[in-house]
Amino acid sequence: MSLAALPLLDQAVLVLAAMALFSAFALLAQSRLLAAIHVFAWQGLLVAAVAALMGAASGDVNLYVSAAITLALKVLLIPWMLHRLLRRLALERQADPLAHPALTLLAAAAIVVFADWVAAPVAQFEHSATRNVIAISLAVVLLGLLMMVVRRQALAQVLGFMAMENGLLLAAVASTHGMPLVVELGVAFDVLVAMVLFGVFFLQIKDSIDSLDVDRLSQLSASIEQDEEPEPRP
Amino acid sequence: MSAAALTLPLAEAAVLAALASAAVSPLAARWPRALSLLAFPLLGLAAVCALAAGTLALGFDVAQGAVLPLGLPWLPWQLSVDPLAGVFLLMLGAVLLPVSVYGPGYAREFRNGRDSLATLGVSTGLFVAGMLGVLLAADAYLFMVAWELMSLASYFLVCFQHEHADHRRAAFVYLLLAHVAGLLILLAFGVLAAAGGGFSFAAMRAAHPDALWAAIAFALALAGFGAKAGLVPLHVWLPEAHPAAPSHISALMSAVMLKVALYGFLRVTFDLLGVPQWGYGVTLVVVGSASAVLGVLLALQQSDLKRLLAYSSIENLGIVFLALGLAQIFQAAGHPALAALALLAALYQALNHALLKGLLFLGAGAVLHGAHTRSLDRLGGLLRRMPRTGWMFLIGCLGMAAVPPLNGFVSEWLTFQAALQAWRLHDGLLRILVPLAAAALALTAALAATVFVRAYGIAFLGRARSRSTRHAHEVGGGMLAGQALLVAGIAVAALLPGPLLGLLGRAALQLTGSAPAGTGWLWLTPLDPATSSYAPLPILAVLLAVGALGVLLLRPRQGAAVRRADPWDCGYAPPTPRMQYSAAGFAQPQRRVFAPAYALRETTAADRHEVEVGDRTWVWLYRPLGMLADRAADLARRAQAGHVRRYLAWSLITLLVLLWIVS
Repeated sequence: MSLAALPLLDQAVLVLAAMALFSAFALLAQSRLLAAIHVFAWQGLLVAAVAALMGAASGDVNLYVSAAITLALKVLLIPWMLHRLLRRLALERQADPLAHPALTLLAAAAIVVFADWVAAPVAQFEHSATRNVIAISLAVVLLGLLMMVVRRQALAQVLGFMAMENGLLLAAVASTHGMPLVVELGVAFDVLVAMVLFGVFFLQIKDSIDSLDVDRLSQLSASIEQDEEPEPRP
Repeated sequence: MSAAALTLPLAEAAVLAALASAAVSPLAARWPRALSLLAFPLLGLAAVCALAAGTLALGFDVAQGAVLPLGLPWLPWQLSVDPLAGVFLLMLGAVLLPVSVYGPGYAREFRNGRDSLATLGVSTGLFVAGMLGVLLAADAYLFMVAWELMSLASYFLVCFQHEHADHRRAAFVYLLLAHVAGLLILLAFGVLAAAGGGFSFAAMRAAHPDALWAAIAFALALAGFGAKAGLVPLHVWLPEAHPAAPSHISALMSAVMLKVALYGFLRVTFDLLGVPQWGYGVTLVVVGSASAVLGVLLALQQSDLKRLLAYSSIENLGIVFLALGLAQIFQAAGHPALAALALLAALYQALNHALLKGLLFLGAGAVLHGAHTRSLDRLGGLLRRMPRTGWMFLIGCLGMAAVPPLNGFVSEWLTFQAALQAWRLHDGLLRILVPLAAAALALTAALAATVFVRAYGIAFLGRARSRSTRHAHEVGGGMLAGQALLVAGIAVAALLPGPLLGLLGRAALQLTGSAPAGTGWLWLTPLDPATSSYAPLPILAVLLAVGALGVLLLRPRQGAAVRRADPWDCGYAPPTPRMQYSAAGFAQPQRRVFAPAYALRETTAADRHEVEVGDRTWVWLYRPLGMLADRAADLARRAQAGHVRRYLAWSLITLLVLLWIVS
């Protein structure tokens, strides 16, 4: 099946989804936090565009609303909050290089192949464009999780978490013509609250261990790991 | 209403009395006399009710059931009394009654200590209620609830004097093995319930699981109940926990709780599982012989009186399980009469052990109370200072050593009678194995006699080995009365075995379908009079006559001068108590001969010789297991190190694997 054989709208959706997947890779490999936030904003924009295009294809108002919410939250509000957080924590120039970049990207490629293989049996969609989008969105979710595993900087982990959410939204938009509006609003609100909480947490973590390196969080439990008091003998 | 109909209400009254005893015990925190005035009398009431219920159940051969309005809505608790439960109710009552008489005197010692009397009373009441519940349960659900109640309550009794670190360790080992045992029993019931389609014993009895599942259920039940009954190699909690608990509780644990485990095993294997298998029998014979021999060998080397008794319990339960194995083999080979004989021997051995070990633990408690030590190396010459306890302890020792005309002899004799009928079996392997088990039994009996000669000789004869022993005093009336009650029970079991065996025969009839013959009141002829017979009363009469004759002949003539002087001491320094045979010295020959059975550590310095005798199972089984558990915990800790990213990686891997599985 060639891309050119599909209707123009589907072609556009597929291209945008592919770009979202590319942005997930970029997010994974981008070591500078500031640039990573920008990539995340671009990914949000791409997802919002997919939602809007699907809305245009189906004429469903819900999808427009969902595109608008994504645009407002993922593209504008959350990147702005992250920016502000970065400035408050004085991390603008902070880089968080990967330990094994080549290995990580190979693993990411393997995950994409895996996601495509997992999504292959989803054959009840006669629409082949949709099926590809499902594979892509699954890959985006898994890449977000992978990003949380490989990145040590807490802020980068938040980006991974948000990217996972983007992947979920992409899947929902592509396969079911959008979630019900109530769910959509709830998820958006959840993400916002999570963002606020993350911000508070980071300030606290920074205060207590003077770093946002999550590997150093394990030191917090060191004080508990001491052996129990020796047994008093009568 | 006939007397037989009273059986179940009486048994229920026993449970209620035990629960009431637990309920009134918190008063003891403020008013210490509540324990002796309320809690222990209520336990005595429970004991009388249990005795009556057990006697009625056996005497009238009743099988009564009831459904309680308790439990889960779709799973009500069911009770029942049948002859098998009756046997164990009888045992429980026969030991609990003396304990409730003995207890107030013993607990008085704790009044001024740091230990909470309320805890003691509540735990004892719940412990007894739990044991009664196990005996009365007619479904697996109530059985497990009561079983766990019994285990947990006894855990609190073992760690009652928790300010001693070794008591806490003993309690922990006990709790660990009790949990493992509970789990195994639960799984055994799970197998049976799956086959029977329900948790009630009636449903399990009606169903016959296929051979593989039956074998699995048997193995689980043997390991679970065996751990509680102290079978090798799951016996390690027993010598730790029994010395740690207060003595009257040790008596209850050793004399009754081990029997409750035996009851559970009998119920599952002989009643619920139904079809007898010679393979089960062989397993039981092997495990039983191993427990008996190892238990008695270790008992021989102990210098702590209560620890010695605990190892002797392992030996006795080993003999009981050996006899059960014989019953299973004979039943599978189609000799129900011989199976009934072996089962009867097992039940009688259990009853005798309950009475004798109850008496000995109460006696050990009296020694501890009077001389303030349990160590044989610090005792000595107690017969002079505690004459009544001493004579009663002697009766217990003779019984455990299986000397006629005492009751220990009767049950061992019956076991031998069953084992010596092995020639009736057709399988060559069994015909070799059973006599081998009989040989192990004979070795055990001889060693058991040594154990008790040593224990009695070192503790009660000779001269005091320590200051506290020199100033030992006889215990009070209540504690003596408790022991005397057990002596009375032993006298009945020793001199009237016929009628008692006739009663116990009802349970054998229930399980094997055949009742043993020849249980007259005077002569005991389990097989036929030409093969073997036993009559305790004539033996006692002959013994008394010979003894009287001896006294008459050897008595110093009237008016003859009696010279009192020191014996010839070879001209050396006058002997001190330390020059007597020591506990370790007495058992030295056996330590040499059976050295491979012990984990020995001997060190000899210029002026002292130290011997440490350990249990090989710790070295061979438990230490490797403990190391394995440590290593597993280390691995788990490495995965659980508090690294956020590692947790996330586990999530990712799990997700990928799950996705791979579903697609």
